[in-house]
Amino acid sequence: MADSVRLEYMIDGDNFTSAGEASVMVKKSLRQMGFDPETIRKVSVAMYEGEINMVIHAQGGKATVDVYDDKIVIVLADRGPGIPDIELAMQAGYSTAPDNIRSLGFGAGMGLPNMKKYTDEMTIESEVGVGTTITMVVNV
Amino acid sequence: MNVYKLSEALSLTPLAMPDVDREVTSCYTGDLLSWVMGRASADCVWVTIMTNINTVAVATLVDASMVIIAENAEIAPEVVERAREKGVNLYTSPLDAYALCAAISRYL
Ligand SMILES: Nc1ncnc2c1ncn2[C@@H]1O[C@H](COP(=O)(O)OP(=O)(O)OP(=O)(O)O)[C@@H](O)[C@H]1O
Ligand SMILES: [Mg+2]
Repeated sequence: MADSVRLEYMIDGDNFTSAGEASVMVKKSLRQMGFDPETIRKVSVAMYEGEINMVIHAQGGKATVDVYDDKIVIVLADRGPGIPDIELAMQAGYSTAPDNIRSLGFGAGMGLPNMKKYTDEMTIESEVGVGTTITMVVNV
Repeated sequence: MNVYKLSEALSLTPLAMPDVDREVTSCYTGDLLSWVMGRASADCVWVTIMTNINTVAVATLVDASMVIIAENAEIAPEVVERAREKGVNLYTSPLDAYALCAAISRYL
């Protein structure tokens, strides 16, 4: 596991048109590196949910993806408002998304549950007023 | 069945058809994007009335074979352009999601 490739993206907090671009780029890179479609799908869906959350809930942030032979580690870090009750936020259906965001098809409260479902490990560190860092691991 | 044959069978109007030889193996319908991300299978046909730019990203990320916009829901030219760029097969139909899915079930 000596070699790894690092992909880094700044996620713009007020650009909805480009929201998701980083995940689409990661998908493309993983495909070029020859990963199997199922692994790529898990990584890119989990990352997209996290990326969109940073745009909607945290005014953007930073995504770092470390690609190893046997696992892919995604770290999403923001300096947004933080998540006061992580257990509640993890519940399917819980959402604080405003109406204008819901009209775009977001706000079902399924993003964090999807991230958990599609990854082998997920940890959320969050402090109110400071920010949130979510680390996800997908084993290859 | 491949995308092209299914689109002909359902008399769909093509908006973007970058990769019509792709096989379609399942169908999912829904408009809440995180539900789609959680439930839709790779190589599906996704039937929706959600037509903003994020529809294209979701279709790409879940590996949908094609997207059908039901009830001719209005779609912006930028979204169609993005679908073309990202290799997403995109069609529209006057039928509602129920009628489309019922028809699709005869071919899958
Ligand atoms: N990075 C974040 N910073 C602050 N709050 C967050 C962050 N990510 C999630 N949350 C909070 O957790 C809630 C649940 O997130 P989740 O992704 O499950 O649902 P959603 O984003 O509201 O809707 P969906 O993902 O289904 O479109 C959010 O509504 C928000 O209150
Ligand atoms: Mg979300």
